[in-house]
Amino acid sequence: MDIKVLKEKAKRVRKKILRMLCEAKSGHPGGSLSIVEMLLILFTEEIKRTPQNASSKDRDRLVLSKGHAVPALYAVFSEIGILKEEELSTLRKLGSRLQGHPDRVRFPEVEASTGSLGQGLSIAQGMALAYKLNSNNSRVFCIIGDGESQEGQIWEAILSAPKFKLDNLVVLLDFNNGQIDGKVEEVMPIEPIKAKLEAFNWEVFEVNGHDFEALAETLKKCRTLNGKPKYIICRTIKGKCVSFMEDQIKWHGTAPSPEETEKAIAEIEQGD
Amino acid sequence: MAKASRESFGEILAELGEIYPDIVVLDADLSKSTRSEIFAKKFPNRFFEMGIAEANMIGTAAGLALCEKIPFICSFAVFLTGRYDIIRMSIAYSEANVKIVGTHAGIGIGEDGNSQMGLEDIGLMRGLPGMVVIQPADDIETKEAVKWAVKHKGPVYLRLTRQKLEDINTKDYKFECGKGVILKEGKDIAVFATGGLTYNALKASLELEKEGISCRVINIHTIKPIDKDLILECSKKFKKVITCEDHNIINGLGSAVAEVIAEEAQVKLKRIGLPDVFGESGSPEDLYKKYGFDSENLKKTIKDFLKN
Repeated sequence: MDIKVLKEKAKRVRKKILRMLCEAKSGHPGGSLSIVEMLLILFTEEIKRTPQNASSKDRDRLVLSKGHAVPALYAVFSEIGILKEEELSTLRKLGSRLQGHPDRVRFPEVEASTGSLGQGLSIAQGMALAYKLNSNNSRVFCIIGDGESQEGQIWEAILSAPKFKLDNLVVLLDFNNGQIDGKVEEVMPIEPIKAKLEAFNWEVFEVNGHDFEALAETLKKCRTLNGKPKYIICRTIKGKCVSFMEDQIKWHGTAPSPEETEKAIAEIEQGD
Repeated sequence: MAKASRESFGEILAELGEIYPDIVVLDADLSKSTRSEIFAKKFPNRFFEMGIAEANMIGTAAGLALCEKIPFICSFAVFLTGRYDIIRMSIAYSEANVKIVGTHAGIGIGEDGNSQMGLEDIGLMRGLPGMVVIQPADDIETKEAVKWAVKHKGPVYLRLTRQKLEDINTKDYKFECGKGVILKEGKDIAVFATGGLTYNALKASLELEKEGISCRVINIHTIKPIDKDLILECSKKFKKVITCEDHNIINGLGSAVAEVIAEEAQVKLKRIGLPDVFGESGSPEDLYKKYGFDSENLKKTIKDFLKN
């Protein structure tokens, strides 16, 4: 793992996200920018996705349960050869397989159709269960949102995965503390999340969700098949790497103008 | 022999489990009632007790289907279809090969009352693109429909009864998805029926024959896709058609038939169903009498409709 290379990739992914949203004139920059490091480390170090293994039956899979952050997934796909960069500009346009939220029928590489919050974790659980049934050691990752964790179905899945001993299931919580109507802690607090998950019999980790090394180290620990499903609380910043977007709820679901996009890209390029 | 369609389902599913190793079954604490218990006992490793959490069961089944399994999810029709958005996104929109088995359909469940009765489920399910909606009318048809559903790649909603259903089909019966079955020929009126009401409609029609009224009785086991050709043929041949179902009068078989007629035919239609009200407690017999679903009342409704 080369941190320098990953950091360069993260910059490119963030720039692609902003350009896509600007071109589409709609979409969700805040929660897309907060999962960039998570996605990159997952696809390069854990899932090791290539165009060749993308449809293999025993592939490791990622379900993006917080489907509104899909521009980040499309941008990462363009980094690993799943998508051509030119196609990114079709996001949200008529006839594009790059729907506003993931659509597995039009674009199977996204693994699951999500966007109605709370549903992806159950789907990921079903996939993990199928691998267990097949005595297959492949794994399933699922990125959920903090606001999304207010959905009852999330807690139904959190209750059931330990029953089925799904140690091949790894959940990453994008804890950026923002949702449309305000801060998560004000809209409907989910803390203490670590204690809750531990009480539900999950193996819980907590990391800085923008720190490649910490993420990689934690994900390595999650490879242990010890009977327990894994849950990583990723502390993140909504709108990460764009100063005027960071922690600003306004940027949950507003696309940047061409001027804002150029300003944001200049900042990203100057960042470390 | 009269048998509840949930019982027929449980029996055939356990048989099919031997032939299809990819069949997996999920239930939400109702396996004794949905009869998925028979499969669970035979194949404990392929049965998942999900507890009282239907949304998670639906999503989990979708994930299993996306990994090539053939999941059956079982619960009461009302509890499953009430988790509409989960079925819409995780199953239908995802084209996940999940078989949704909703038992305890209609007021025919009796004493438990409205909260346990699936009364709007056909409407909900037939509104989803790609969803096949099947309601068998007896033991053999249920078994043949389940055999068909296993082979069909795509989501299916199977609507089953708690109460016993009299046999109407013979041993050589073949299930054809989307094709209505003419149970009895007639000259005066076409009677479309589905599920638990099919036998009652047939019985009423056989009795009416003695009074000089000749009904063609059609069993519509597939509500989606609806048998448009047969409905149009009946609309040409008869001046009046009637539909019978144990479901809200809105959005069920009657609506499906009305949609075809309104666009392409000219024939007078009467719909028999629950008159846009919720269910209530009572014995199945008393409830069927109250809402006119028993053969005596069906006879009277058909006669009156023909007169006016």
